[in-house]
Amino acid sequence: MRGGHRLSPVSQDTDAELLDRLRVGDEQAFVILVRRHHAAMVRLASSFVPSVAVAEEVVQDTWVGVLRGIGGFEGRSSFRTWLFRILVNRARTAGERERRSVAVGDAGPAVDASRFDETGHWLSPPQHWVEEADDRLSAVKMADRIRSAIEGLPARQREVVTLRDVEGLSSEEVCSVLDISEGNQRVLLHRGRSRLRQIIETEFGRPG
Amino acid sequence: MTLPKFRLRRRDVVCQQAVELVTDYLEGTLSRADQRRFEAHLAGCPHCTEYLAQMRKTIELTGSVAPDDLPPQVQDEFIALYRQWRADPPGPVP
Repeated sequence: MRGGHRLSPVSQDTDAELLDRLRVGDEQAFVILVRRHHAAMVRLASSFVPSVAVAEEVVQDTWVGVLRGIGGFEGRSSFRTWLFRILVNRARTAGERERRSVAVGDAGPAVDASRFDETGHWLSPPQHWVEEADDRLSAVKMADRIRSAIEGLPARQREVVTLRDVEGLSSEEVCSVLDISEGNQRVLLHRGRSRLRQIIETEFGRPG
Repeated sequence: MTLPKFRLRRRDVVCQQAVELVTDYLEGTLSRADQRRFEAHLAGCPHCTEYLAQMRKTIELTGSVAPDDLPPQVQDEFIALYRQWRADPPGPVP
């Protein structure tokens, strides 16, 4: 059904198995790993650098780093966490972004204040659409809409939402990859998810 | 950081606060007392219950965004990169 993360359609082998093959010089294992992670890596790198072209250079550079460092990778973290950490380090350098500046950015409320009365109760409550989203046609359309909505998020929110909700990393892994605190991770996740919910709501033609 | 942080001083959570607590709730990071207040609010508020369901659905939909596959040309570039690496590793040999 889904499974963008975990196992790619090109191979059922886990990252760890592919890594073992790569260690003994298996080119095919390298190609499978690249295919499996490429889209996520470009998406993530794009948060840090001004263009997709630069993001793709960062991704290539990251794989060179992987090949160089594979002997030292001991598997204490998952391969993906290690890979994304290398990527983020290189992307930050390429994007000349401040390492520690975690601007929450666009810290608006989860729901526009105008939808509550002065006592904080719903004035314009959310309308029901959850089952409609399961309809197959709208699901395909929605995936496209969500992809572009993710791209439209402020960079920090995009990084966290991509890693957590698209790639399925744990909060600990996201903190490790982006070098941010648990608290910041949650705030960014909250903003990003809230924004995506608004966009989906608007898509269903309901108040947004 | 300018997160509007709702301190739940009063006994009851109102809707506008509840929507800001959803992620902490789903992440399991609310204190036990705050979690109780949040759930008590949900029990009496169909709108916020709907809101929580929509956030769960949003997360599910976001997870269904499949990554694009690699265009063949890009794949060839990576194969070239790998072969170059094998021929002339620029770092410690694996």
